[in-house]
Amino acid sequence: METTVVCRGVSKIYRQDTVAVPALTDIDLEIPKLDFVCLSGPSGSGKSTLLNLIGGLDAPTAGEIEVDGQRVDKMEKGALADLRLRKIGFVFQAYNLIPVLTARENVEFVMQLQGVGAEERTRKARKILKEVGIEELENRRPGELSGGQQQRVAVARAIVSEPSLVLADEPTANLDSKTAENLMQLLRHMNREHGVTFVFSTHDKLVMEFSRRLITLRDGRIVDDVRRD
Amino acid sequence: MAITLRLAWRNLWRNPRRTWFTASAIAFITVLLIFIITLQMGAFDMMLDTSLRVFTGQMQIQREGYLDKPQMRVTVARAQNLAGSLRRATGLPGIAVRANGFALAASGTRSYGVPVVGVEPAHESAVSTIPRLIRQGRYLANDTAQELVVGAVLARNLKIKVGDELTLLGAGMDGSVAATVLPVVGLFESGSPELDRHLVEMPLQTFQEVFSMGQEAHALVISGPSLERMAATQVLVRQHMPQDPALVLLDWEKLLPGVKQVMQADIIEHWFLYIVLILVVTFSILNTFLMSVLERTREFGIMLALGATPLGIGRLVLLESTLLTLLGLAIGIVLGGGIALYFNYYGFTFKGMQELYSQFGFAGVITPKITFVNVMTGPAVIFAFTVAAALYPAWRIRRLRIVEAMHAVH
Repeated sequence: METTVVCRGVSKIYRQDTVAVPALTDIDLEIPKLDFVCLSGPSGSGKSTLLNLIGGLDAPTAGEIEVDGQRVDKMEKGALADLRLRKIGFVFQAYNLIPVLTARENVEFVMQLQGVGAEERTRKARKILKEVGIEELENRRPGELSGGQQQRVAVARAIVSEPSLVLADEPTANLDSKTAENLMQLLRHMNREHGVTFVFSTHDKLVMEFSRRLITLRDGRIVDDVRRD
Repeated sequence: MAITLRLAWRNLWRNPRRTWFTASAIAFITVLLIFIITLQMGAFDMMLDTSLRVFTGQMQIQREGYLDKPQMRVTVARAQNLAGSLRRATGLPGIAVRANGFALAASGTRSYGVPVVGVEPAHESAVSTIPRLIRQGRYLANDTAQELVVGAVLARNLKIKVGDELTLLGAGMDGSVAATVLPVVGLFESGSPELDRHLVEMPLQTFQEVFSMGQEAHALVISGPSLERMAATQVLVRQHMPQDPALVLLDWEKLLPGVKQVMQADIIEHWFLYIVLILVVTFSILNTFLMSVLERTREFGIMLALGATPLGIGRLVLLESTLLTLLGLAIGIVLGGGIALYFNYYGFTFKGMQELYSQFGFAGVITPKITFVNVMTGPAVIFAFTVAAALYPAWRIRRLRIVEAMHAVH
């Protein structure tokens, strides 16, 4: 089976002055293409750290990480930026849209970085906004959108360039349960329709129910890995 | 409009008060520089015009080498014929012939070494203000009149008045003794201490007889209609000058190198002050940009996570600073240009200046000189400094660590 993410012996130790704080210890993990994986565990278990390492936002202290066959841990900054731009989409807990851009411009932003032409950008952005159900809000800025609407824009931004992998760090943490459920249905839809591998972190049981594979972390180690489909 | 441009423009208006404050600072220094530079250049033109109109003229035709070593025998042959044909060919009335000599001027018990200049009375007033600045008596009557006009200070030093005779003793072009006694018919006050203290003028033909010069002279003094048209006048004269390699057309920079040096020194001195002012504004702008970057650390972290490069974000910050600077400059250029235009129309003067200058036949009003270079030099330097100031915050973005930046709280 084709794999999107491979972690071999991945560890991450943060240094606070002279004290070493291990965040992840010896993580071995394979995530096949098109999987819909949930990382769960209590706060401080290492979920976000693992997502950051897979996404190349941070470097592991030890071990190897591959995304789409490319060694993330060996990459230079420029190559990492390019990998994130073309192969990885991000959805953050706090939505993290650019406040001065409209919903459509936020979606177009990544495509502009990729060098996609203006017309195609607009066409694709409108299409994906329609798919996430907020096409009528395309000219609103983030401050004029609800949390759920902002997160839909963030999903649209993450998916619009058709990456191989979307990493979502606690995507429903700021949403009410109904909106969270709708968002998870949307992510599942994207996973199926767009053929994108999803890895998301949560400690919300409702959200875990949507996953096909549930990986549980505690104190920086994988303590459980259950396939649910 | 590209998203980056929209992003940069909208980022400016996240904090409108700060943006307006910074743009106003840029506009203020722009207004100041445009007004001061155009006024300074206008003052230079007035000073130059005054200097040239008193005696030197805008340009002179001389025999090559005369300027460096003004010997009597280094002459322009048949100078009056040449001046006449040049006047006809160019249509310029301001062409007059002069011959220069040196003599011991004596009256009673006093004597001074003085430059003596032979002039064409009919044409001299077109190249010099001295004929109009006779304070006592009158100016020279004609080319053959046997008379003199002298500077008022020289007359005082020699203790002579209008109607008295002055003895001149010098050397003629052929080495013979040049001696004459001529009545003083007028005293002039040109406003130039140098001329008023030393100069003696006499009709050209009289000079040529006294100094044994035949039909020769030393210079054709030329003044065009205005300083603005000086370059065009020079081209016109050069086109109609005889193809004689021995003759040279000298512009004011060669004739009065000291004036140019004074202007250059003044420009350097003023620019030192301007740069200090620009630096003060630049540091306040640098502070604004630093604050703006610091406040958006989290946002830059997100952009980096999405795949933007530090270089790309640095460019965005530079674009923001460029837009902000252009906004300030645009306001400053409109206001500064408007003020300069107002004073260009109505003139700029202050108490006492007009009275002082009017004594010597000048308006005593400075008009800012509005040219593209004079108006745009200040804004161009401000632009360079402020954009350079934004390089530092842009460079700081390179040091951002994505995860830390994304968790930054401001």
